[in-house]
Amino acid sequence: MSTPSAAGRILAVTSGKGGVGKTFVSANLAAALAERGERVLVLDADLGLANLDVVLNLSPTVTLHDVFTGKATLEQAIVPAPGGFSVLLAGSGLVEYSRLTPQVRDQLAEVILQLTPRFDRILLDTGAGISDVVLHAVSLADEVLVIVTPEPTSMTDAYATIKVLATLQKRRHIRLIVNQVSSAGEGRTIRNQLQLVVDRFVAPQLKAEGDPVPLMLELAGEIPIDPLVREAVSKRSLLLAIAPGAPAAKAINAAAARIAG
Amino acid sequence: MPPPTDPPTREAQALNLDAALQLLDQSGHRLPDLREAGKAVWLQAVIDGLCELSSRDPLTGLANRRHFELMLAGEVDRVARAGEPALVLMIDIDHFKKVNDAHGHPAGDEVLKHVAHTLQDCIRPMDTVARFGGEEFAMILPNCPPSFAQAVAERIRIRIQSMTIPISPGETVRVTVSLGGAFAPQWVRSSALLWVERADQQLYRAKTEGRNRACLEQPAVSLVSPEEKGLLFGTSQFQDFA
Repeated sequence: MSTPSAAGRILAVTSGKGGVGKTFVSANLAAALAERGERVLVLDADLGLANLDVVLNLSPTVTLHDVFTGKATLEQAIVPAPGGFSVLLAGSGLVEYSRLTPQVRDQLAEVILQLTPRFDRILLDTGAGISDVVLHAVSLADEVLVIVTPEPTSMTDAYATIKVLATLQKRRHIRLIVNQVSSAGEGRTIRNQLQLVVDRFVAPQLKAEGDPVPLMLELAGEIPIDPLVREAVSKRSLLLAIAPGAPAAKAINAAAARIAG
Repeated sequence: MPPPTDPPTREAQALNLDAALQLLDQSGHRLPDLREAGKAVWLQAVIDGLCELSSRDPLTGLANRRHFELMLAGEVDRVARAGEPALVLMIDIDHFKKVNDAHGHPAGDEVLKHVAHTLQDCIRPMDTVARFGGEEFAMILPNCPPSFAQAVAERIRIRIQSMTIPISPGETVRVTVSLGGAFAPQWVRSSALLWVERADQQLYRAKTEGRNRACLEQPAVSLVSPEEKGLLFGTSQFQDFA
């Protein structure tokens, strides 16, 4: 379980299935939060398939891998990103860590401990799925944001992730962003549907384990399908930078406002 | 060693292909007629033949470890993004040394060949089975749902167990195998090395738990039951949630 820290709100961004726009949402959400005046760091905790650098068109020379191996200081690895926030990239050298060793576990926790006083918000962009690396990264966070799309595989995997977070990590509050909705309100429908299955199948399990506190899914936002998203991605730019008035950009700003509280 | 069936032309001889042609001939690899096929086609056939030879285990005819590792690296890349379940099985003949000690090495070779043939018989065309080394074999099974994995491994175990291997006229032996399996972590780029290591750990478990059994690493993913899926998708989108 995470230790809630006074100095920084750590938000893990995860998804069941890959390819739902998790890194896109992380990057643009970070920019939206930064625009609201927060000091934001995105920690690319996708130790296996790190691609935040690709999305943001960064060519980092120093990564978390270098910090872990003692080749660089944490300071050197924190790089500014377009959008007014900072990023800390896992680095492809961490490929071998696709299985979490106790050493990496400690190192990751230590890094986050060092970062919390310096930022108002840390977004942990985790890998997709429910690997031990993802679960560990999420366990270090105060809050979890699950990215889901209306696609059935994505919904099933998001539900599986929510179930694991509720049972293994005792999460009772999970935020959702429904990406790629084709009509207004679809995000709400999907949230309700997920909540329905949670209430029917997960809640009794928690109750049986002597933990009757209900698990609440909170819709943090729905992002419409927007051709400008594709354009931003292909230009390797932030949507908020190239098309701040786009429907998807407005939706991300609204989600940021809700998350900032 | 008899000379190759198609004597190379002067140009081909200039390439000094004697050793290569001897190898191909020894392994029974047929080359097209040089004059009919033309130089380029004939040379390509020589190269293809050598590639084929360098990826096969000579005794069993299975893929060798080199080819297996190549296939595995490709599979790691594929499953990392596609997220489909892929299984690696490590298969080791139980007490193989006893066969060699009791019946001699030619008998051991017969056992290896028969086990290899049976393993080959157990797989789908998309799967890869290789002789990993000694009496150890390895399989890659792409797109193998976790719910099938134990059944697949058990089927192999039973097929081997029920096989009678003739080692000399009137003499047969039976062997069993232990199997260890691990899935590639979905959505995460593992390394081929780690994947095999995890399957190996399960093989070790199968050995220590008494051999002639299959042990699979439990995937960490909590499965969503059909009832849960039914509720997630079965009800109307416009249902009243109040």
